[in-house]
Amino acid sequence: MTSTLVDTSLRYRRRKLFSNIMVGAATAAALGMMAILALILGQVFLEGGRYLNLDFFTQRPQPLGQEGGGMANAIVGSLIVLAIAAVLALPVGFFTGIYLSEYASDRFAGFVRFVVETMAGVPSIVVGIFAYVLIVRQTGTFSAIAGGFALAVIMIPIFARAAEEALATVPFSLREGAMALGIPSWRIVLRIVVPTAGPGIVTAAMLALARAGGETAPLIMTALGNRFWHDGLMDPIATLPVQIWTYATGPYDEWHQQAWAGSLVLVGVTVGIIGFVRLVYRGTQFRQL
Amino acid sequence: MTVESGQPGLWRRFTAGARNQVSGSAGDVIFRLVALAFTLIILALAGSLVFTVWDGARPSIGEFGFFGFMSTEEWNPVFGEFGARHIILGTLVSSLIAVILAVPVALGIALFITELAPPSLRGPVAFIIDILAAIPSIVYGLWGMMVLVPFIAGNLNDPLIDYLGWTPFFGRPAFGLSLLAAGIILAIMIVPIISAVAREIIYSVPAAQKEGMLALGATRWEVMWKVVLPYARVGIVGAIILGLARAIGETMAVTMVIGNAGYFVANLLAPSATMASLIANEFREAGTSLHVSALIHVGLVLMIVSLIVNIAARLLVWSVATGPSGDRR
Repeated sequence: MTSTLVDTSLRYRRRKLFSNIMVGAATAAALGMMAILALILGQVFLEGGRYLNLDFFTQRPQPLGQEGGGMANAIVGSLIVLAIAAVLALPVGFFTGIYLSEYASDRFAGFVRFVVETMAGVPSIVVGIFAYVLIVRQTGTFSAIAGGFALAVIMIPIFARAAEEALATVPFSLREGAMALGIPSWRIVLRIVVPTAGPGIVTAAMLALARAGGETAPLIMTALGNRFWHDGLMDPIATLPVQIWTYATGPYDEWHQQAWAGSLVLVGVTVGIIGFVRLVYRGTQFRQL
Repeated sequence: MTVESGQPGLWRRFTAGARNQVSGSAGDVIFRLVALAFTLIILALAGSLVFTVWDGARPSIGEFGFFGFMSTEEWNPVFGEFGARHIILGTLVSSLIAVILAVPVALGIALFITELAPPSLRGPVAFIIDILAAIPSIVYGLWGMMVLVPFIAGNLNDPLIDYLGWTPFFGRPAFGLSLLAAGIILAIMIVPIISAVAREIIYSVPAAQKEGMLALGATRWEVMWKVVLPYARVGIVGAIILGLARAIGETMAVTMVIGNAGYFVANLLAPSATMASLIANEFREAGTSLHVSALIHVGLVLMIVSLIVNIAARLLVWSVATGPSGDRR
C-alpha cells in the first residue's frame, strides 16, 4: 500500500516536472519571439538613426562616389502612388462595405466575402504581374498609374472587409430610430450609419494605406523606379520600398546606409500606423489585419 | 420567417423589410445600385486578375505546356529554354522549413497568451507579437541580408556541417545566402499569423472541458496537450496552412536572402530560388517576350498554388470558427 502511494507520487512529480518544462518552453517561445522583434526593430532604429538626416528628406540620390543625397524623390513618389491607389481603392471598398453590411442577402454577402478574402491571399507579386499585363503592356510604359493600380488591388480587399466590420458595429437601434422617423434608407446609411462608423472607416483606410505603403514586389514591375524626380503620372516613378531594395542589394556601403535610413522611415510610418490602430482598437475589430 | 444564422442576418432582413415599407423612392434604388455596382467591380477585378495572368502566360504554356513547364529544370533566357522545376522545389522546401520552425513557436505563443500568461499580460504580449506582422517585407529582407545571413555564414554553417553533415541536407558549398536563411526569415514572418489565428481558435475551447480535466488531476500541460489542442486541431491546421500560404507567396524578404541560384540542390546551406524570388529578380531585365511570358507562367503557377492553399485554410478556419461557438466569427 505504502509503496503504491510512493509510486504514484513519484509519477505525479514526473508529470508535474514535464508539465513545468513545457510551460517553460511555451513561455520561452513568447519571450524569444519578442526578443527577435526587439532585435529587428533595434537594428533598424540603430542603423537607420545613424544615417538618417535632413538631406534624406530633401535631396534626391547623388551620383556614385558623391557624398550625401537622400530619397526625397522616392518619398514623394510613394505618396503619389499611394494617392492614386487610394483614389481607386477607397470608393470601391467603401461602397462594397456598405452593400455587404446594409443590403446584401446572406448568401451573396458570403460569396463576396469569400472572393475578397481569397483576393487578399493572392501573393502581391502576382498582383504586380496583373497590373503589368493590364496596364504597363497596354500603355507601353512603366508608370505611377500602373503602380497605383497594383497597390489599389492590394488595398481593396483589406479596406472592404474592415469597412464592413466597422459598419456592422453600429448599433441596430440607431437604424431603427431613424426608420421610425420615416427617413429613406439611403439617407439613414449616409447620414447616420456612416458617420457613426466614421472613425472605424477612417482607421480601416489608414490600415489599408499602411499595408500598401510597405509593398515592394508589385511596384518592381509597374512603377519600376527612377533616380530622378518623376516627369508625370505616365512615367516610371521612384518609390521608397523599391529604392530601399535597389540600394540594399547594391554593392556600396553608402547605398546600404541609405537603405537602413529608408527602412527606418518606412517602419516608422507603417508599423507606427498599424501599431497605433491596434492599440486603440485592441481586441475588438481589425484582428486579422 | 425563420432565423438561420444569428444576428447579422437578422438585422439585414429587417432593413430589407423596412426598405420596402418606407421607401421605394428613387434615391434608395439609385444608392443601392451604386453600392451593388462597386461590389460587382470587386468581383470583376478578381475574375480579370485570374484571366489576365493566365492570358499573359499563354505564349509560354503554348511553348512548353502547362505541366511540362513545371517538370523541366532548364532556365536559360539566352536560348529561350524555360522550366520551373527547381524554383517549385525551392519554394516548397523554403516554405516547409519555415512551417517546421514556426509551428512549435507559434503554438507555444498562442498557448502562452491564452492559457498561461496572467490576464494583465495577455493583451500586451499579443500586441507585441502582432507587431511582427506589421513590418514590411523589404525591411525583413534588409535585416536578413545584413544581419541574419552573415550570422549563418559565421556561426551556424560550421556547427551544422560538423554535427549534421552526415545527412544529405547540410553540406558544402555553404554560403550565408541559402534555403536555410530563407526558411528562418519566413518563419519569423509567419509566426505572428499562425499564432494570431490559433489564439482565436483556442479561445473558443469551452472552459468546462479544461475544468473537467483539471478536476481529474491533470497537470497544466496535460490539459493543453490532451484537451485544448485536440479540441482546436482543425482550426490550428487551418492556421498553419494560412501561414504556409503566406510563406509560399512571400517575395522580397526571400529574394534578398536566398541567393537566387539557377538550380536546386537538397543542401539547405546552398543558395536556391523560389517562384516569387525569380519573378522579382528577372522581371525588370527580361529581354524577350517569351522570357516575360515564362515569368508570368511562374506567376500563374504561384497564384494557383496559393489560391488552393488559401481556400483550404479559410474553409478549415471557418468550419471551426462558425461551428460550436456560435457568435464567434
